[in-house]
Amino acid sequence: MSLIEARGLAVRLGAQTVLSGVDFDISPREIVTVVGPNGSGKSTLLRALIGAVPISAGRVTRAQGLRLGYVPQKLQIDPTLPMTARRFLNLPVRATPRKTAAALERTGAAGLEARQLADLSGGQLQRVVLARALLADPQILLLDEPTQGLDQLGSAAFYRLIEDIRTDLGCAILMVSHELHVVMSASDRVICLNGHVCCHGTPEVVASAPEYRALFGSGTQGALALYRHEHSHRHDHDHDHNHSHEEAH
Amino acid sequence: MLDDFMVRAALAGLGVALAAAPLGCFVVWRRMAYFGDATAHAAILGVALSLMLSISVFAGALSVALLTAVTVTALSGRGQAVDTLLGVVAHSALAVGLVAVSLVGGRVELSAYLFGDILAVGRGDLAVIWGGAVLVLGLLAWKWSDLLTATMGADLARASGIDPGRIHMGMALALAVVVAVAIKVVGALLIGALLIVPAAAARPLVRTPEAMAAVALVIAVLSVAGGLWGAYHVDAPAGPAIVCAAALVFVLVNLGKLLARK
Repeated sequence: MSLIEARGLAVRLGAQTVLSGVDFDISPREIVTVVGPNGSGKSTLLRALIGAVPISAGRVTRAQGLRLGYVPQKLQIDPTLPMTARRFLNLPVRATPRKTAAALERTGAAGLEARQLADLSGGQLQRVVLARALLADPQILLLDEPTQGLDQLGSAAFYRLIEDIRTDLGCAILMVSHELHVVMSASDRVICLNGHVCCHGTPEVVASAPEYRALFGSGTQGALALYRHEHSHRHDHDHDHNHSHEEAH
Repeated sequence: MLDDFMVRAALAGLGVALAAAPLGCFVVWRRMAYFGDATAHAAILGVALSLMLSISVFAGALSVALLTAVTVTALSGRGQAVDTLLGVVAHSALAVGLVAVSLVGGRVELSAYLFGDILAVGRGDLAVIWGGAVLVLGLLAWKWSDLLTATMGADLARASGIDPGRIHMGMALALAVVVAVAIKVVGALLIGALLIVPAAAARPLVRTPEAMAAVALVIAVLSVAGGLWGAYHVDAPAGPAIVCAAALVFVLVNLGKLLARK
């Protein structure tokens, strides 16, 4: 049973067709990454799946009563709006102080409750936004370029955090990213997008697909290999993730 | 007690402040300042129409304000930038309103609706003002969390099951109601000020949205009291005096913040 399923999805923004004929589905506990060049419709796909953009053809089916946690590309914080991390974590549903503290702890942002969102660093803000998403007890986390503005080390740490969260909470994860090498090693499945689905499959399959090479060149292969040794577990199994991630780190 | 025009003026001002201050915070956060102005200017057309048709000024102002709010909200994002669209609608409506008023016979004291005439507020006006204020305040209190979430980000709201489009329309309608009830008190040209200035003055003093709404409310009430008191003693027009008082608070707060930092 898929959490979210799309068939023949098309989205037009103004006169431009951004997505067409996209088939997509994600199962419980799966980590799926969408990669693609700028303007390939990655973010639009994510927004279409949560119902934030009207679709012009096809259909999107979400599982009944699906709880989703969403981490936007970059949270725009208007300087006129005073907002502490604590208040933000309670939007729109109030959570107990213990729960908010635990969520911040989980994402490595413990003790930031009283800080203004505008005063947080990029990495801290992303962790607070992620903590808020976790408070919804999501069955699926959707992350739109979650590591934009983070340095290489910072984004590697963030992706590790995402994997840990999947292991602990058992939620599915759908990520959009352009950081191919880091992202792909953490994914069960990769979808390469460029207005339509160019190719999809396990990271290995996508990395060696001619369509992928045509979009990104073969230069990323080396970087992918670099990360490969950290994740020695198999990627081509069914979706039964009972293996330990400890061995990988 | 309601026989005294000063008491009625104070109550009217209080009612408008009660709705305008918290709503004004959202106007500031959501960058809808120009939207408020445009709706207020368009309401002058409503005033002119109601004078021509001999119907209640409140009803006329409310209808046109609502119509403007809905039209602009529905048209926005369809090729024209929202501020351009607002400019076209607001200025056209204001101009048509002014021409219409002069065609009625030119006997109408329009400045009362441009700058407000709080000292002429009657019992019926009080009921309208407080009715509108309670309505808007109730709406804000009821949907507060959803409104804040949608203000933080449309997609963020959508992912939480909140329709940001409906929130935006709700804000526009609430603004139209405040404009309609406030037009007699501060006038079309100063409604924007009563929405924005208390919220802006409150911003440096607070750390949460709720605190900002509360402090803005206090500042708005103080401004109404101070403005009326000042207007009474130096015989100045009351509406502008209220806005002057709010502006004074804004300046003092920012000066104080500046000095505190040194």
